[in-house]
Amino acid sequence: MAAENTKVLYGIYNDEEDLKGAVKAANAAHLDIMDVFSPFPVHGLDPLLGLKESRLHYLGFIYGAIGASFGFLAMTWIFVSDWPTMYGGKPYWSVPAFIPITFEMTVLFAAWGMTITFYTICGMWPGVKARMLDHRTTDDKFCIAFDVTSASDSTVDNIKGFFLNTQAEEVSEKTM
Amino acid sequence: MSQPVAAVRHILIEGNKSYHNITEDLCSPTEKSPSREWVIAFSLASAFLALYIFAVCWTVWKGIGEWGANRSINWAWDITNFVWWIGIGHAGTLISAILLLFRQRWRTGVNRAAEAMTIFAVICAGQFPIIHMGRVWLAFFIMPFPNTRGPIWTNFNSPLLWDVFAISTYFSVSLLFWYTGLVPDLATVRDRAKGFRRKVYETFSFGWTGSAKHWQRWEALSLVLAGISTPLVLSVHTIVSFDFATSVIPGWHTTIFPPYFVAGAVFSGFAMVQTLMVITRKVLKLEQYITVNHIESMNKVIVLTGTIVGVAYLTELFIAWYSGYIYEQFAFYNRVFGIYWWAYFGMMFCNVVSPQVFWSRKIRRSIWWTFFLSIVINVGMWFERFVIIATTLARDFLPSSWSYYRPTWVEISLFTGTIGLFFFCYLIFCRVAPVVAIAEVKAILKVAGDQYIGPDAKHGHGAKVKHEH
Repeated sequence: MAAENTKVLYGIYNDEEDLKGAVKAANAAHLDIMDVFSPFPVHGLDPLLGLKESRLHYLGFIYGAIGASFGFLAMTWIFVSDWPTMYGGKPYWSVPAFIPITFEMTVLFAAWGMTITFYTICGMWPGVKARMLDHRTTDDKFCIAFDVTSASDSTVDNIKGFFLNTQAEEVSEKTM
Repeated sequence: MSQPVAAVRHILIEGNKSYHNITEDLCSPTEKSPSREWVIAFSLASAFLALYIFAVCWTVWKGIGEWGANRSINWAWDITNFVWWIGIGHAGTLISAILLLFRQRWRTGVNRAAEAMTIFAVICAGQFPIIHMGRVWLAFFIMPFPNTRGPIWTNFNSPLLWDVFAISTYFSVSLLFWYTGLVPDLATVRDRAKGFRRKVYETFSFGWTGSAKHWQRWEALSLVLAGISTPLVLSVHTIVSFDFATSVIPGWHTTIFPPYFVAGAVFSGFAMVQTLMVITRKVLKLEQYITVNHIESMNKVIVLTGTIVGVAYLTELFIAWYSGYIYEQFAFYNRVFGIYWWAYFGMMFCNVVSPQVFWSRKIRRSIWWTFFLSIVINVGMWFERFVIIATTLARDFLPSSWSYYRPTWVEISLFTGTIGLFFFCYLIFCRVAPVVAIAEVKAILKVAGDQYIGPDAKHGHGAKVKHEH
């Protein structure tokens, strides 16, 4: 998302197919799209916008590895060094018995780690005020937004012409 | 657009909906004042919840002696109810996670409610192991943390402790999965709301805007959570079955328990989803979103898992006979023909025989049959756990300690009380959040709804077909 006091010029579309067509047209005209808002994930949009694949899953793997090591090493330390206890004549370090908890810790850490990361990098938390351009974009409208804070008049005209050509339903400007 | 699955097999959204209609239909139950049916159901659920609280207080004040459980049958209704609820809690994550990985689009109509059901069922399940400890104020002893009692640690070799980890992980991961899926829909409700309601939904939707990058991350997160929830959901009931399978009691000490418990859990979970969905779609008028096609798909899962469970029951008997081990043979003979024979035959009839009628397409697609059989299966799966637990313990190693078990009013109140707790939570959920995943339904409208626009689309069917690009 953009910084504070960004001047945004945006157009509203009715349908995800119109939206995708417009994004293609914007790419062809070398217009720099700031963001696109939609009520649901539009498939095939990410490559058009040049969005790279999310790296969240790599982090998930790392969190999971941390969870697995933490679980396994904690059990090892407790049962071998901190307070060795004999249960049913089994060895102190009974690795097979540690597998279920190690697995659960892997999943627990991966899930919480990724979810917390997701909300953090998206800047989302309880109490964050949504910076919506148009409240209908969570209902049935699709929106393409351009950052025109420091754009020249000719660029703004270009963008307006682009919205006209791609049959945007409405075009508005907002500072946020 | 190339999709990994064929063109529309079943239409999953009916009624020629626009995106706005979907928002309208799915948000409106949270916006209207409650219907009379809801108020009656909620009062009833609250009454049972009150009964539950009373029975818990009674148990804690007077002690476990108030139950019918005795020295021989020391796991009775408490653990039966625990396993029953945890089994019901498996369908939600199965629907959301496994069906997401398999790209089954019919999940979108039912996943939200099924996940909610999972969370509430796990809450109900979690009550029982804690109450059955007797001294509930010492329940925190099950958490391993450095303490001043030695430190005395928990026993990491015990399946009962694995259960603590499995169930708490399952609960918290299901909660994350469900809530993250809910955030965009709460934002939809927020953007329609006014005044104080808007403030509340603003808080709970975390400032969601629907930006393309956020959607991309949201999908990546959902997919990975689905990927790790799938082995998780299988592990949970596997570990619950270890509570029995790793013991040395004939009748429990069997290697077939993990797969058999997991299949049974999916079976009972889907039955409970059917019970809830049939009522929910009717009361909230969601028949065009939770269609007969959804119900039929779930009935197919029910007949499959019911049959797996049936095979497991028969395998158990065969292996007991084939083992040539008289104690094992006695345990199973006793299970079928012993003092609790009626529970065994009830289980067999409800779980194995009754779902076979779903081989008929007409019955699979009948709402009344579905509802009736879902109840029968819920009862049957409760019997299964009772059969495994009580019949086995009633005839243990020492004939002098053979015993019979009858529940007291306290145990009956605890069980019916958790059903009240479950519906109490579910009914509140129906009032505050959309019970069908709005964004996900919109996303499949044109690939699996009646407005299909992909390859082989019927000419002039449903939506406007675009030509300009």
